[in-house]
Amino acid sequence: MGGLDDLYQQLILDHYRNRRGRGRIEGASASVHEHNPVCGDECYLDILVEDGRIAEIRADGDGCSISQAAASMLTEVAAGKDLDEALMLVEHFRLVMHGEAQPDEDLLGDAVALEGVAKYPVRVKCALLSWLALRECIADYRETVATGG
Amino acid sequence: MGNSAQHTLHARALRAEFPILVSPRAGGGAVHYLDSAATSQKPQRVLDAMDAYYRETNANVHRGVYEMAAEATERLEAGRDAVARLVNHPREATVFTKNATEAINLVAWAWGARELREGDEVLVTMMEHHSNTVPWQIVASMTGAQVRFCPVTPGGEIDMDAMRSMIGGRTRMVAVVHVSNTLGTINPVEDIVAMAHEAGALTMVDATQSVPHMPVNAAAIGSDFLAFTGHKMCGPTGIGVLAASPARLGAMEPFLGGGEMISDVTTEGATWNDIPWKFEAGTPPIAEAVGLGEAVRFLEEIGMENIRAHEKEVAVRMLEALDEVPGLTVYGPRDAERRGASMSFSLDGVHPHDIGQFLDSKGVCVRAGHHCTKPLMRHLGVQSTARASAYLYTTDDDIIALRDALIACREWFGAA
Ligand SMILES: Cc1ncc(COP(=O)(O)O)c(C=O)c1O
Repeated sequence: MGGLDDLYQQLILDHYRNRRGRGRIEGASASVHEHNPVCGDECYLDILVEDGRIAEIRADGDGCSISQAAASMLTEVAAGKDLDEALMLVEHFRLVMHGEAQPDEDLLGDAVALEGVAKYPVRVKCALLSWLALRECIADYRETVATGG
Repeated sequence: MGNSAQHTLHARALRAEFPILVSPRAGGGAVHYLDSAATSQKPQRVLDAMDAYYRETNANVHRGVYEMAAEATERLEAGRDAVARLVNHPREATVFTKNATEAINLVAWAWGARELREGDEVLVTMMEHHSNTVPWQIVASMTGAQVRFCPVTPGGEIDMDAMRSMIGGRTRMVAVVHVSNTLGTINPVEDIVAMAHEAGALTMVDATQSVPHMPVNAAAIGSDFLAFTGHKMCGPTGIGVLAASPARLGAMEPFLGGGEMISDVTTEGATWNDIPWKFEAGTPPIAEAVGLGEAVRFLEEIGMENIRAHEKEVAVRMLEALDEVPGLTVYGPRDAERRGASMSFSLDGVHPHDIGQFLDSKGVCVRAGHHCTKPLMRHLGVQSTARASAYLYTTDDDIIALRDALIACREWFGAA
């Protein structure tokens, strides 16, 4: 089952079984709800921004092992990053998922284990769900700040 | 199952007629194809019939005076004769469409958009495929009519008491699925059609999952409209069927306009061809009609009764096998008399997507998702399910492979 081991690395199953950063943030600076219309997977992403950095990030929702593990990994690696760094991180991960960049382990942390997902086009959306939610969240946050809302 | 005393279908022998089932995929072993509710595999003779049409008599139909064009027309119309005969319906009221979805849209637009008024009701059920829901929602939003949903019981059947009470003076159309693609439930469509007609409503039966799998007698069902699709019954994609009441069809305005569907066209307007051609604008799916006709002959030779008897056994075996998987829940009826062999299930602690992916690694093809029945998914309180669906070529090996892969899947994801 070589193919399966590639896709479901132990690290992924570990994050799936023991979700990090799960839940919601009360009084979040920005919140986004994304869903994947193909499978109905849902993701709620909340961030708390302090001094231009992600002081706290949590993800909630339901989905397959890939989407849940990706969300778990995201909360670990994005915590503490400033907003531009976080956007670069998301963009790098997006390119890796589309097979357009080699994964940078220092940048991605545990999420490097998701590399094998790139070979399964229908699962790429699952992996990206929470990560793109973060991009959305940051955009919302910046817009709110800019409009003084 | 192949040796059952009750019927004469030998699934194992029939598999030899399906190239995809006998030639292992590149780098892989046997394929356990359990996704026939999505689309069936095609026997060699259907592929051959389409190939022969293109090689021997390819020409556009109806208007040609030369021999080849006449022969193409003959083969197209022979396809129509075959499907009409299969469901016991008059050929002139048997319309070729692109698929079942287009057949339902044809009625929604040609009848619904013109006839529905504010306050009218279209009654569908909570287990409809989106193709028997969304067209009605679209024309309802244009006309001010309302689409109502008849509930489904916890056992996965239409709540007939609710159906009875929901059909009333405002009901103009009752649109119901014959066999649910998600739950497998066989619905009492004759009773529903009779109830609807008594209230003066028209009826649409979505027979997409029944016509391929059991004898379906359109005359006995008595609905105004009955829709099905070629690719789920050993035929090609790109062709579907609307079997309509000849009187209704004759009275209806066209759906799509263009070539073929007219009698005369002037600068002032146009008049319509006879049925069924009035509803077949443009060049029809000719090779597809030839292929579907061959598929019908293939099914008739096996016998629809035999196919149903085989699938009833498959359903019994599949229920037994799925019961052996710890933490597994099957949706829909437990009684094989009341269901087809399309089975949705969930596995505690494992997402349907992961089930589908894991099973694929074991050569078992199942579907994971909402199966185009989102209202039903919400009704069941799940986001998605996994679904295994059988056909005339499904054997015990397939079911054992399914069971073993599910048990292994549960262990792999640590849900055990
Ligand atoms: C019950 C039912 N109705 C309608 C359809 C639509 O068939 P098609 O996509 O061929 O139009 C399907 C197929 O998925 C179905 O299962």
